Amino acid sequence: MNIIIILILISLSIALVFLTIFIWNMKSGQYDDTETPSIRMLFDDKPKKKK
Amino acid sequence: MSELRMPVEEKLTCFHCHQDCDEDVLWMEDKAFCCYGCKTVFEILQENDLCDFYTLDEQPGIQQKNPVASFAYLDEPEVRAKLVRFESKDFVRVEFSIPTIHCVSCIWLLENLHKIDSGVIRTVVNFSSKTAVIDFNPTKISLGELANLISRLGYAPRISLDESPASKKKFDNVLILKLAIAGFCFGNVMLFSFPEYLGIDASEKTLLTLFTWLNFGLAIPVTFYCGQDYFSAACKSFKQRQINIDVPLALGIAVLFLRSAFDIISNTGPGYIDSLAGLVFFLLIGRWFQSKTYESLAFDRDYKSYFPLAVFKQEGEDWKSVLVSNLKVGDFIRVRNMEIVPADCVLHDAEGFIDYSFVTGESRAVHIEIGEVVYAGGRIIGKPVELQVQKKTSHSHLTSLWSNGIFEKKDERVYARMLDKIAHHFTWIILGIALISAMYWFVVDASQVWLVVSAILIVACPCALAMSAPFTFGNMVRVFGRHGLYLKKSDVIERMAKVDAVVFDKTGTVTHGDADVKRVGEFSANELGIIKKLSSFSTHPLSAMISKSIQQKSAVEIFDYRELPGKGIEGIVDGKRYRLGSASFIGHTANDSSKASYVYISIDGHPKGYFQIETNIRAGLPTLMIQLKNKFIALLSGDNDADRSRMGLFFSEMHFNQNPHDKLSYIETLQAKGNTVMMLGDGLNDSGALKQSDIGISVTDDTGIFTPASDGILMGNKVAMLDRFLALSKSATRILKISFVISFLYNIVGLSFAVTGNLDPIVAAILMPVSSISVVGFATLAVNFSSMNVFKKV
Repeated sequence: MNIIIILILISLSIALVFLTIFIWNMKSGQYDDTETPSIRMLFDDKPKKKK
Repeated sequence: MSELRMPVEEKLTCFHCHQDCDEDVLWMEDKAFCCYGCKTVFEILQENDLCDFYTLDEQPGIQQKNPVASFAYLDEPEVRAKLVRFESKDFVRVEFSIPTIHCVSCIWLLENLHKIDSGVIRTVVNFSSKTAVIDFNPTKISLGELANLISRLGYAPRISLDESPASKKKFDNVLILKLAIAGFCFGNVMLFSFPEYLGIDASEKTLLTLFTWLNFGLAIPVTFYCGQDYFSAACKSFKQRQINIDVPLALGIAVLFLRSAFDIISNTGPGYIDSLAGLVFFLLIGRWFQSKTYESLAFDRDYKSYFPLAVFKQEGEDWKSVLVSNLKVGDFIRVRNMEIVPADCVLHDAEGFIDYSFVTGESRAVHIEIGEVVYAGGRIIGKPVELQVQKKTSHSHLTSLWSNGIFEKKDERVYARMLDKIAHHFTWIILGIALISAMYWFVVDASQVWLVVSAILIVACPCALAMSAPFTFGNMVRVFGRHGLYLKKSDVIERMAKVDAVVFDKTGTVTHGDADVKRVGEFSANELGIIKKLSSFSTHPLSAMISKSIQQKSAVEIFDYRELPGKGIEGIVDGKRYRLGSASFIGHTANDSSKASYVYISIDGHPKGYFQIETNIRAGLPTLMIQLKNKFIALLSGDNDADRSRMGLFFSEMHFNQNPHDKLSYIETLQAKGNTVMMLGDGLNDSGALKQSDIGISVTDDTGIFTPASDGILMGNKVAMLDRFLALSKSATRILKISFVISFLYNIVGLSFAVTGNLDPIVAAILMPVSSISVVGFATLAVNFSSMNVFKKV
């Protein structure tokens, strides 16, 4: 049954990794604005006209 | 492209803003523009090859007709320091709030700002919060120039120096972080508790110990990080030698944690870590949900931006009355006797007198000279002055003056006080109940004691009770504001519900509007011009009517202007003393004809004639009087009793020829009789009465008189709705009582389940936010529903 201890530790650490990623995302401001990026990605850059 | 050109007979719409063009259409190639501003924007865009702006979304442009204010003041070091988020030699980051952002094109244009000006490095728009973060190179473009650039494009930033949105966001983030950690711990604790729930083989004892210790490890961040707020709030309340509603919660968490720690360390059992983690998790969810609910229900914090304060602004040759919020830096304004300076200004006239009593509490007129800075909140005494606006008006500053403690009335917040008392005793009662049930359960079933105690402590939390009053009254204030009555504080509603006597001032309150002004006596054109100018200095309604009725203009200067409340005004022009006012003030024989008001004129002591003014009663007032007939209604007037017969129909009591002191003592007499008196007046010569009355409402049409002593400002055209406001304030107290009952029911039902051991702490933790949210929701819905009912009849 020792395997269950290892499994539990692995599952706990994976969960911790996800928690850390979430906290990281939050602090880097990914959830601050959920609307504009969806619009921004649709803008095309026009090739610059030669004058 | 020429097909695009519309036939001239049709209404032309501006290519940029899609508004109808007036007579002066500007053409550029084949595109029509309504104003020079819109054309400029188009030119800028075309020059920089940004005409995609017009194809990304429909109607992206914002009309540019109103001249754009200059933002040069943003380059002042202290202003700049407040706005700039980050600064180095060639990099500055600033966040602007831009309320006009409304479509995809807006985002696109702002984010392509670097193509228009090479000083801009990068722009990031946040569409939902209507803000833009702009990075720029300060050696190429200054902050003021940047703000001017974007406002020329139609995106004038809203600059407010006193609010800091960053701190609010930080609080939100911390809460979410705590919530994430509590959720993580709660989930894992549940997982580790499964073997315990399902019953584990005795042979796997080591596994069980491991699980309990893992649980214990997870409980530590839950208690000490996620539950930290409850402990610190409880500590704070102990320091103030009080017990607030966070104490039972903190106690509940502490009880569960300590008991579990004891169990686990002494190896006697698994403890109650699952309940503890669940409790904190649900408490935090509740808190987060509450803050979201409040955000969406939040009383329009902006209701103050409709603050109905007007001021005279110079537009070309004329003076026009504009709302204070529309003032821009550089505007010339005229502030008359007793009016408030709405923004920080520089004096443009030679001299003037100002009284800063609203700011300092000390009533003393200070002499100011040309070029001197005049601060918002000062009150002009005597002759009107011309000022040039230096800084945008801050409503918060004006409203904070309004709520200054000096003008506070005696505290009559019955419900709030009652709540404070309840909350104080409540906690002790809860602690008592918890103790008694703990002793009972100790005898009956010792294993249940801890769960029962924490369930009691949590379910009894009276937060629903605490929230009902601010939400009911706060929403009502918002409803009132929407309909033209601006209250200083929400507890005014409580007093309004008890009003049984309403006292009206006559001029400007009961009467108003286009009056018939007749001139009797011989006046030269020059004299008329002087009279027009002199009367325009005064804020009295009769003066305003006289000034309006005279066409002749005069550019003379008036010296030694004085306004004598209840008597009249005077000033010296070309060495002659002009007086306008009552018969006794002028020395004229009074006119007995009791149909109109009279304003007499004298020049150098010689009576010259008079103005006969017949004012109209405000529309809707007769109906209002019928609605109010179960109350005591009185009329006070500084005028003669010309209107006695006309007004007699409506009022229970009428008093004429009242000076400000008479009005004040009349209110006192009513109060001595036990009446709760509401006074409506223009706030000029009845400010004492407004202050003395239980509720003083100043009625405003387009004057800038601002009486901090008043409890509310009522738009002149809404006076006829007074009965509805009174009815609504009554229903507000009724709604509050019902909310009290609901939240008490929650507590009592919850408590009875908890005491009998039928309530798990986790359910209690869910029930608690649900109860507050339902009470808050009920209060909000009920207020809006009753206001809809009352105002539907309009």
